[in-house]
Amino acid sequence: MAKSDDIELILSRDLLEKLAKLQEVELDDVDIELDEIEFSIEGGGGGVSSPLLARLGYEFAMIRDSANRMTSLLGGPAMGMPMPQMQPAMPGAAPAAPLVKPSALIPETAGVPEAEYPASIVEVKLGATKAEGGTRSISHVIGGETVPPCFNFQAPPKHRPVIAIDVFDWPKVPLSKAVKMHFREVLGDTGEWARLCVDKFGAEMINLHLLTIDPLIEDATPKAAVKKVEEVVEAVDVPISIGGCGDPHKDFQVFKAISESIEGERLLINSVTLDMDIEGTARLINEHDNTVIAFTSMDVNKARELNRKLYDFVPKEQILMDTTTAALGYGLDYAFTVMERCRLAGLRGDPELNHPMSSGTTNAWAARESWMKMGPEFAPRELRGPIWETITGQTLLLAGVDYFMMMHPAAVDALKTMIDQLMNGEKPAEPTEWVSVKLGR
Amino acid sequence: MPAKELSPIEIYQILPRTNCKECGEANCMAFAAKLVVREAMLDECKPLLEPGKEDDYNKLWALLKPAVKAVEVGVGDHKVTLGGEYVLYRHEFTYFHQPAVAVDVSDEMSPEEFELRVNVVNDFSYEYIGMQLKLDMLAVRSTSGDPDTFAAAVKKAIGLTEKPLILCTHDPEAMRKGLDAAYGRRPLIYAATKDNWKEMAELALQYECPVVASSPQDRDTLKSIAHTLEEYGLSDIVLDPGTEPNKYMTANLDNYIILRWQSINEEEEHLGYPILGLPLVAWTVEEEDTIINEWNEAVIAGICIARFTDAMIVHGISGWALLPQVFLRSNIYTDPRKPVAVEPELAAFGEPTDMSPVLLTTNFALTYYTVASDVESAKLDCYILVVDSEGMSVESAVAGRKMTADTVAEAIAQFKVGDKVQHRHLVIPGRAARLSGEIQELSGWTVSVGPMDSSGIPKFLDEKWTPSPED
Repeated sequence: MAKSDDIELILSRDLLEKLAKLQEVELDDVDIELDEIEFSIEGGGGGVSSPLLARLGYEFAMIRDSANRMTSLLGGPAMGMPMPQMQPAMPGAAPAAPLVKPSALIPETAGVPEAEYPASIVEVKLGATKAEGGTRSISHVIGGETVPPCFNFQAPPKHRPVIAIDVFDWPKVPLSKAVKMHFREVLGDTGEWARLCVDKFGAEMINLHLLTIDPLIEDATPKAAVKKVEEVVEAVDVPISIGGCGDPHKDFQVFKAISESIEGERLLINSVTLDMDIEGTARLINEHDNTVIAFTSMDVNKARELNRKLYDFVPKEQILMDTTTAALGYGLDYAFTVMERCRLAGLRGDPELNHPMSSGTTNAWAARESWMKMGPEFAPRELRGPIWETITGQTLLLAGVDYFMMMHPAAVDALKTMIDQLMNGEKPAEPTEWVSVKLGR
Repeated sequence: MPAKELSPIEIYQILPRTNCKECGEANCMAFAAKLVVREAMLDECKPLLEPGKEDDYNKLWALLKPAVKAVEVGVGDHKVTLGGEYVLYRHEFTYFHQPAVAVDVSDEMSPEEFELRVNVVNDFSYEYIGMQLKLDMLAVRSTSGDPDTFAAAVKKAIGLTEKPLILCTHDPEAMRKGLDAAYGRRPLIYAATKDNWKEMAELALQYECPVVASSPQDRDTLKSIAHTLEEYGLSDIVLDPGTEPNKYMTANLDNYIILRWQSINEEEEHLGYPILGLPLVAWTVEEEDTIINEWNEAVIAGICIARFTDAMIVHGISGWALLPQVFLRSNIYTDPRKPVAVEPELAAFGEPTDMSPVLLTTNFALTYYTVASDVESAKLDCYILVVDSEGMSVESAVAGRKMTADTVAEAIAQFKVGDKVQHRHLVIPGRAARLSGEIQELSGWTVSVGPMDSSGIPKFLDEKWTPSPED
């Protein structure tokens, strides 16, 4: 039989599983004439998951198993032996016990791992100063990473991740007690709320949520929304992000009115989603030189899809991506892993995922343990809540988030402190002694 | 061998291929497939344990062994396994052993404080989606500097808890007395340093205990100690690259990431061991209030958990600080290969009648289990209608239009809810309130908007559930 013929053997999983269970196979009018079957599996390639590889290996093995059984049933020799080696030679047996105990430390050099990442994350500028055509006292550049998050030993961080504080234009927004206590005085005044966040709580940006435009809340007009934004633009001099209500049609109308009325500030529009008028929104961002958060729901492929659709109408340098933040205990693992995968893929050269990432860290408060009254052993919730938001945020910092939308002043402060520490990169002169030290008071 | 590069066929080739089924699998190929995803242990293959098979066993072990060695501390039911990991990032495979949390006591603490802290280790527990989140170990430190005082503290500790111990002193004499006091409990020895490694290595050999190689902020020496301990005949080693207070977070991250990278991606043999993180260093800094120490400690612990440490020692014992730590490690160490969603269905809880409430939720696993556990713990008799939201939570599903009036109406029809109950009342989650009108219109069922959080369901039903069949 001609060896050069490549045979593609495609068997469904169902069939394979059935074949695997069979002890006997009856074949009529079949000729099997094979010398050798070679299987090769490419390792570690982009997007191939290890479970998939394992599964493939299993499937191929099953094919051979079944084929073997079939040929032997037909009286032929077992085929396909030997299998090609897919790994280098295996190490020998474990080393024997030492005869001589060392009398001095064996010198070693540990080194620092080096790695090349073919791509980097795009840089996005948020806000515009007077010199840049706006009225902000500062603008922020985020992104630009060339190594995985916090791999400071390979490259120091290029830009500081930015922390925005959420402000709502609706006094009845449901807030946890531990959060609300800090904003009680300003709930009815959007401008004052924003000012408090900047002046007292150190917000580097304001993340305004226009809830009143929601048709199910007040159905406020785009014109009214513009006024609200103007209030905030007046009240603070940090860059501003504008959040909609989640209704794709209404959000677009409002974003349009705001983009057309408030020029030059390089606003961050939060957000564009797959079910919005993507082309319309993207054109709007491009024409008015604003930036946008591409929001998808915990799915790497959807994040890719949305970015791809935006690229036709708006430069990459105006796009952040948000793959959804779930609270600690309520899906943080999924949020963490999707972000980690996006960032690593971006660095490895995936051209549709190399954007700075945004996180709605305030979602930490969706975890009941962040706000619920619990037994005295878990009190006070005034601490439990903000540490919950802090841990949620810092975990996603490790996954690569560049832009945090947060709520509790203590959590904002804690994450900012951590970012400072990572930016400084300070190393201790002497290690800290703790073994023999009395701790606490 | 990094797990991601292994295929079942390589394993199958070395297995005895007897298809004896003693391992519980249908054939050797199926067993090989289980081995590769680490759902089976090599020792379950009985023919492989027979004389003459040593070479094959060793070959297989070389292929299957984790890049980070699994080190056991303690004995019996409370034994913990540190390390045993294969990958750097959880999405590359999965993580296997949650970092063990140890709380410290010192040999100079008052009996009250000592006992209180041991009791926290013993009793801390929180129920979370069907699991018990607990603490794992007790670290006994010598602050007195007196070997007998230390030994007395260790003796006291083993009388109070069965959880594994970490004995912390740099003084070999104190360590010897501590090991005597903890004889048979296989504590973790902290630590062999560049100064005392020889004495500590002798003790680890003699008492057959795992030992920490400690070299804070000096990885060359750390590798040197680990290598030397190996040559000394020790193999249960844990690495302490040092943990520093929050100010030096870069140093902490650098050390953890570099060590784990080298053990996984470079298969660096002398560094393929579990890492010990020490969040309690946050308490060495003088702060205005100890709340700040405890907060900072939780922050370091969060970093340790997300970035590769396999065990850690904490000093703070407040629930508000410990809870996010045990939640985070549970999350990060959840198997990412398992599905996010549960099957859509009409699930019955307790003994529902045809007048029992019908509650709506989505098929996101965490949402479903949270609602289910609230309903179960309140002992309610009811139905939960689980709609297919593509595994999204209520809030995201409503916002992302994965749960709509249409999908709810379809689910009511599909699962024949109308055949199970006489009434036509549906309780929807507070976070789905905006769908209430449309659901009512499309399904013809009367919709009540339930609480924002499922912990409010029992109270809600108690106050509001009064439908009659005519409704």
